[in-house]
Amino acid sequence: MEVNEQIAIDHGLKKEEFSKICDLLKRIPNLTELGIFSAMWNEHCSYKSSRLHLKKLNTKGKKVIQGPGENAGVVDIEDDDAIVFKIESHNHPSFIEPYQGAATGVGGIMRDVFTMGARPIANLNSIHFGSPQHPKTKNLLRGVVKGIGGYGNCMGIPTVGGQTNFDESYNGNILVNAMTLGLVNKNKIFYSKAAGINKPVIYVGSKTGRDGIHGASMASTIFDDKIEEKKPTVQVGDPFTEKLLLEACLELMAGKSIISIQDMGAAGLTSSSIEMASKGNLGIELNLNKVPCREEKMTPYEIMLSESQERMLIVLENGKEAEAKKIFDKWNLDFAVIGKTTDTKKIELFFDNNKVAEIPINILAENAPVYDRKWKKTKLPQKIKFNKDNFKKLKITEVLKKVLSLPNISSKEWIWQQYDHTVMGDTIQKPGSDSGVVRVHGTNKAVATSVDSSAIYCYAHPLTGGKQVVCESWRNLISCGSKPIAITNCLNFGNPEKEKNMGEFVECVEGINEASKFLDYPVVSGNVSFYNETKDKGIKPTPTIGGVGLIKDYKKIITMDLKNNENLILIVGKTEGHLDQSAFAINVLNEKKGPPPVVNLFNEKNNGETILKLIKEGLINSAHDVSLGGIITAVSKMAIKGKKGFKLNKHKVLMNKFDYYFGEDQGRYVIEIEPNNHSEVQKILKDNSVHYDEIGIVTENEIIIDKELILHVDDLIKSNKNWLEDYMDK
Amino acid sequence: MKIKVIVTLKEGVLDPQGKAIQQTLNGMSFSEVKQVRQGKYFDIEVNIEDEKKAKAKVEEMCKKLLANLVIEDYKIL
Amino acid sequence: MKSSVIIFPGSNCDRDMDVALKKFGFKNQMVWHNDPEIPKSDLIVLPGGFAYGDYLRCGSIAAKSKIIKSVVDFANSGGLVIGICNGFQILIETGLLPGALLTNKYLKFICKNVFVKLNKNESKYFKNIKKNVLELHIAHNDGNYFCSKDELKSLEDNNQIAVNYCGQNGEVTEKFNPNGSINNIAGIFNKNKNIIGMMPHPERMIDKYLSSNDGNFFFENLIKNLK
Repeated sequence: MEVNEQIAIDHGLKKEEFSKICDLLKRIPNLTELGIFSAMWNEHCSYKSSRLHLKKLNTKGKKVIQGPGENAGVVDIEDDDAIVFKIESHNHPSFIEPYQGAATGVGGIMRDVFTMGARPIANLNSIHFGSPQHPKTKNLLRGVVKGIGGYGNCMGIPTVGGQTNFDESYNGNILVNAMTLGLVNKNKIFYSKAAGINKPVIYVGSKTGRDGIHGASMASTIFDDKIEEKKPTVQVGDPFTEKLLLEACLELMAGKSIISIQDMGAAGLTSSSIEMASKGNLGIELNLNKVPCREEKMTPYEIMLSESQERMLIVLENGKEAEAKKIFDKWNLDFAVIGKTTDTKKIELFFDNNKVAEIPINILAENAPVYDRKWKKTKLPQKIKFNKDNFKKLKITEVLKKVLSLPNISSKEWIWQQYDHTVMGDTIQKPGSDSGVVRVHGTNKAVATSVDSSAIYCYAHPLTGGKQVVCESWRNLISCGSKPIAITNCLNFGNPEKEKNMGEFVECVEGINEASKFLDYPVVSGNVSFYNETKDKGIKPTPTIGGVGLIKDYKKIITMDLKNNENLILIVGKTEGHLDQSAFAINVLNEKKGPPPVVNLFNEKNNGETILKLIKEGLINSAHDVSLGGIITAVSKMAIKGKKGFKLNKHKVLMNKFDYYFGEDQGRYVIEIEPNNHSEVQKILKDNSVHYDEIGIVTENEIIIDKELILHVDDLIKSNKNWLEDYMDK
Repeated sequence: MKIKVIVTLKEGVLDPQGKAIQQTLNGMSFSEVKQVRQGKYFDIEVNIEDEKKAKAKVEEMCKKLLANLVIEDYKIL
Repeated sequence: MKSSVIIFPGSNCDRDMDVALKKFGFKNQMVWHNDPEIPKSDLIVLPGGFAYGDYLRCGSIAAKSKIIKSVVDFANSGGLVIGICNGFQILIETGLLPGALLTNKYLKFICKNVFVKLNKNESKYFKNIKKNVLELHIAHNDGNYFCSKDELKSLEDNNQIAVNYCGQNGEVTEKFNPNGSINNIAGIFNKNKNIIGMMPHPERMIDKYLSSNDGNFFFENLIKNLK
């Protein structure tokens, strides 16, 4: 087939990109070569719209062993242990085929982690669906949850945390972000940079079929009415094979025969072979007849673009092939020597004794287009003047029950009970808390991890929203007593060719960067997903932050359940009563405008570090950070967890009680302390210039506000637990 | 030679998947559906020329692996 | 006391079981499904997981593994065999235990803590056990125990019902049935009570910092009875 501009456009390339390819190659590419370009130069693989801005990210830190640029990021957690982690999106496939899209998303991210030599020890996910009233939402949710569980449970990795959000902006584009953490010895990390000439290139894992051809291109296109036709491009996962692949790879990695290794993810054999060669500044030669194929008569084009799952590419030391093959035979996986490294700095493909493609590697990788897209700043909205007369009609009992049962606040137990969260025997804190916590096997240490996003704040003011979500991640880790180390980010946005969306991206990244720098909480890995838009309606900007922290002694973890009657409840951090963009304002007052709450990085850092000091001194009985729904929601969740009640005194600050209880000011924590620790706690807070309010005490099970008995903890439990169960099962 | 086999649940064995399918169909305005039982279909290709011999072999496979005779029945088509 | 944990392709609770057995004093070995035989053991354990991806039926392909013959011989000569979760499914597919394990009634994987009642008897597993209403943990998609009416009568007559799902005070009622199992059955013995299969995971409940440690009663009692 003669390649021309139209065929290039059908492949998702732009006119100018096709011209550039012809210029760089000094000829028109053949179809196989065009396919390779379309895969490597699409948004998902080349980051062409985002690279310029991602360069600004804060990626350095004392604990960072590996920052962005590898399969995953790596951080030091002492004693020669390191955590390998990353979050990735699988949005477009999950909308088309929710079970397989979500399942293969989980499979892909786990491979990114174990390809570096780390045994996965925890999974998390951040999933976003359209409005609950939208006809597709329920089935999408059901399918995605089944897919995540189906893959993760079979692999035997516990799913310890997550986040589920609903918003009408996701009606046409759901988001599925999957995160994995793995444990590795810091002296035994494997990288993807190929090295050495004439080294054998080995293919291991499942056979190659026609799955997902052009999956990477699909991720970079906008959905339209032809969405059903995209079904064949979704990959199908096999977690059983991946479990075998995990064990086989770890067995091989125990020896010294691997030079470099990379999993075949988006754009399959194409991206893995080119990236490995590019990093090593080498060439690579592949004989496509040697690739194990599951279908008959596969063409070079199909073999290179297939996104069949559960496959890895390895550059091995010479002479180690037989030893390696033995391991993969034991685990019943395909093993084939399909090529070698060269010094040509080109990728050369052979098929049926003919050379079918030849491209200099730098054209594909370094010379991939980089765009400095036009973007528009989002002005900080004006604060809303709430009519406080309307508040007089509100009853706090009804408002509290309503807020606790909001889709974005209610308990997600219906979801996480479908995930095995205790396999591997090291789960200290299950889903449903601020962070998931897993013990580092055989040690006294534990790793805390959480995943967070704030699309509503980011939409109102991206710069503030970007800062806020990093701070919330930080607070979630601190609340369980861990020292935050680093983050991974999944940046989900609309069409970058629209100035508003590109502006949201640029400003969110700026916000993330500012907070990350100030808090010494660097970004070590991540992923960008653009084009989350259908028929001109795009998603709200949704940067998802996955955080990791270290607890030195897991026995000292702090949990959020209220513990003992008569214990004091304190709010650490200042309450200004910011209602704009709060769950209360949006859902009870129906007020969707206004700026997100102010983020004061100095207070965030100071308050968080002081909380850790209090925890170190053993002065905190339970803790929870204040976020969606404000103080009263945070205290209620602690009460629900501990099956306790609380008595709140009339608040001393001069503001309306709804402002006080439902305001979503940042930098705050609720802590429970024993009365006899009161003066010591006060001293530490004062010495560190941390503002605090004493708001009440823990009771047996009654909820009392300003001397009025308003509810029983069972009422809170019912409000919080029932929404999702009723929505899905009735 | 290709031999086709159907494996079905025995009468009286609970079939929660079949029930879920029936309820979904009813919800999709196929109110006529009274019951659904879900089974499995196998396409087995064997290196045996003689049909009778092939079917006999496949019957053995059904008894030993393809059907759990505690809860399933098999039928060679 | 020597134990052997069998690993199939896809088993994933093998390490958890190894940790638990060693914690309570067993000298444990891990045995690969393709090994020609099992080393001399006082106890064999088939762990949880997704052996062979749960293809065809849970446990069906693992039940045809090379090593199963050794397990069957060991069991038939009175040796102690435990099957947890996927292990229980495998024991049922081998025919060493009666009945079948179907998909959970509500068609969802369930991971949560449950109370179970261990039915006291003279077996090496439960004889003199100090506490028999334990908080254990389930994590499965296909734990719905089923058998015919005749089989059920036979199990009851022979005291082969080992474990039932129950409430905090040991009450065995429908309210506490997580997956639709007949009569809340969570685990059963063979006739000679040397083989036990159960869906709940005692090996995940041995550390009070992680969960409850009611699983301790199960393991401590077993090794005490063996010595």
